[in-house]
Amino acid sequence: MTDTVSEKLRALFPDIEPQKVLDATVIDVEPERLMVVMERLKTYPDLDFSLLLDITAVDYLTYPGQQGGRFRVVYTLRNWKRNWLLQVRTPVADPELGLPTVSGLWGAADWAEREVYDQYGIRFQGHPDLRRILNHWQFEGHPLRKDYDIYKGQVCYEPDRLEKEIRARLAAKGIDQSTMSDINTEMMFLNLGPSHPATHGAIRIFTALDGETIMANVNEIGYLHRGFEKTAENRTYNQIIPLTDRLNYCSALMNNIAYVKAVESWLGIEITDRAMFMRVILGEFFRVQDHLVCLAANLVDMGGLTNYWYLYNEKEASYDFISRLTGARLTSSFTRIGGMYRDFYEGWEADLERQLQAIEKGVNDSLKLVLQNRIVHDRTQGTCVLSPEKALSYGYTGPNLRSTGIAFDLRKDNPYYHYDSFDFDIPIGSRGDIYDRIMVRFEEIFESIKIIRQAVKRIPAGPVFVDDHRVALPPKEQVYHKIEGLANHFKLIFEGVKTPAGEWYDSYEAANGELGFHFVSDGSGTPYKLKVRPPCFYAMSGFHEMIEGEMIADAIINLGSINIIGGELDR
Amino acid sequence: MSIKVRVVERKGRTFLEQLYLVEVVKGMTVTLGHFFRNLLDNSRLYVRHYPEVKPEISPRWRGRHRLTRHEDGSVKCVACFMCQTNCPSNCIMIEAGERFDGRSEKMPVKFDIDLLECIYCGYCVEACPMDAIRMDTGIFSVTSNSRESLLIGLEQLMETPGGFSEVDYHKGGG
Repeated sequence: MTDTVSEKLRALFPDIEPQKVLDATVIDVEPERLMVVMERLKTYPDLDFSLLLDITAVDYLTYPGQQGGRFRVVYTLRNWKRNWLLQVRTPVADPELGLPTVSGLWGAADWAEREVYDQYGIRFQGHPDLRRILNHWQFEGHPLRKDYDIYKGQVCYEPDRLEKEIRARLAAKGIDQSTMSDINTEMMFLNLGPSHPATHGAIRIFTALDGETIMANVNEIGYLHRGFEKTAENRTYNQIIPLTDRLNYCSALMNNIAYVKAVESWLGIEITDRAMFMRVILGEFFRVQDHLVCLAANLVDMGGLTNYWYLYNEKEASYDFISRLTGARLTSSFTRIGGMYRDFYEGWEADLERQLQAIEKGVNDSLKLVLQNRIVHDRTQGTCVLSPEKALSYGYTGPNLRSTGIAFDLRKDNPYYHYDSFDFDIPIGSRGDIYDRIMVRFEEIFESIKIIRQAVKRIPAGPVFVDDHRVALPPKEQVYHKIEGLANHFKLIFEGVKTPAGEWYDSYEAANGELGFHFVSDGSGTPYKLKVRPPCFYAMSGFHEMIEGEMIADAIINLGSINIIGGELDR
Repeated sequence: MSIKVRVVERKGRTFLEQLYLVEVVKGMTVTLGHFFRNLLDNSRLYVRHYPEVKPEISPRWRGRHRLTRHEDGSVKCVACFMCQTNCPSNCIMIEAGERFDGRSEKMPVKFDIDLLECIYCGYCVEACPMDAIRMDTGIFSVTSNSRESLLIGLEQLMETPGGFSEVDYHKGGG
């Protein structure tokens, strides 16, 4: 399939030579031609790269043997219909001049370019609102540059007023000063958050209100920013796994799997069948957990506290199973590059089945309360509608995108770990309103349970780790009693798992959408650069489009329905 | 085996649903069912009378650390710095000294773990080539009134007993 995309690209741009890196096709484009190329990639019907997954930059300041410029910007695009993944790389000669913005083509570029500017100091000409996003507004310097001093603590002493931004947003919606001073329109500015029970974490939702109707909205994120990507540049590949727990902490193990899958695919390691099935079972189990948390919280926002007990109780009880298995309730850290940390314990099938039945019962009880309840229908149907075009433009993936009727799921479109051999449905919505987002998640719970039951039946016996001394720690017996084992053990711990030099992107269908990792390796045991493609960052970037024109109370349940997780949003 | 796409049904169009009352009564029966079941038999409630009743802790549980000892009571640790190197949060600080009991050449004279920095990932246990550090104490609640007391040292780590038998610990995969 990638060959066809290469052919199409060659036909359009004869002087650009596409390369293939894993699933992705990579092209290098000169900055002068960037806009022409990007516009064609988006609009040319044969290419139709409607999803802008991520934009990031690489600072080659200390990269060994690097010739040429210091910065390069990488755009990751996807044609979801044909499962084409494309990365466009452009050198940046002068970060102050930067590159032209692509925010006119994809809504997702708005926040993505702001992040690149914040972290690397690369400007985007023509960007409507180029300012910091993850770091606070009084921050100095650009942390992901290689010459940034990581020990320099920077404190924010004053809140960002956001007044200019919200006025610009109002003006963009056609509401100017004269309308605002009109006797009938008394505009009020209101902050929801950053520290508010309904925001499910620290997010600041700044709104301009006319009565209870939201006229304009600007959001501020970054309250939970802790520099995951910078920390990762100073850790070995295996040491990063516990840090990934803290991305989407509602489904920690899915992050573990997504991360090691990305490293393994570059190393060319084929993990054992048992490990694959373990990852399917546990991945789906954590997808269920994630949806339970999202739905429980969302229904509480709506006033249905009883649902919280029925859904959350089972999530809480599931943590007992998870802690028996992984050794911790929340931060599982259960995968390693090359396999799983441990096998299942004795008697896991019975525990898991009991838990699944309890979850089914809880979810069914909750559905009896909400499925045909008119209050729920009146509050959710037709509110905060997201059109498929907008969803794609803002880079929505996962249940949020599927609720708009777009059947894109990496498990179906780019199957890994034998997903194509399972029998399950991809539930999609039809309107893209809050109701669809809730119901798609409810249905996905049942589908995930279906997958788990099939996988439990089919899981083969065998080792859970590859027999490969490049990545696998030797068995403890060999470490204790044999010098070869001991030496291998020392080498792996001190130097880390060494990856060949290069750059690659790999993604995984996490509970919230496409969780991708973009790596740059210099051949050592530590990544030169690691960028997460967090699904909720992009879900949040289109939030204002959903709530403008709706009521405050709808904004609250809408925030719950797109399932924002601070750990992943702010990294 | 196949993966199918299915559009989720949209409820709320029938007369009974529009009527609101019928469905609310149906929902109420579910809630009341829970209420009476719990009233008659509260043994299956998800309520734990902590701290009187402790949660179940399995042998795999990554609890507070301890340093294991030989039969004669001397520390197994040989101060090789593996745990310190593998620690993602840099919370282990070891100082090595000379060892004279003939077991090895080095031993720790200082072994500090900052429990406020620790993220309980278990990487120190995985890295140890001597089975000298373990997280099998079953201690899951680490609290204190002062920061200083959460920097625990060699003596405290050696004094803490394991929470499980050797058989159970190894069964858990340790």
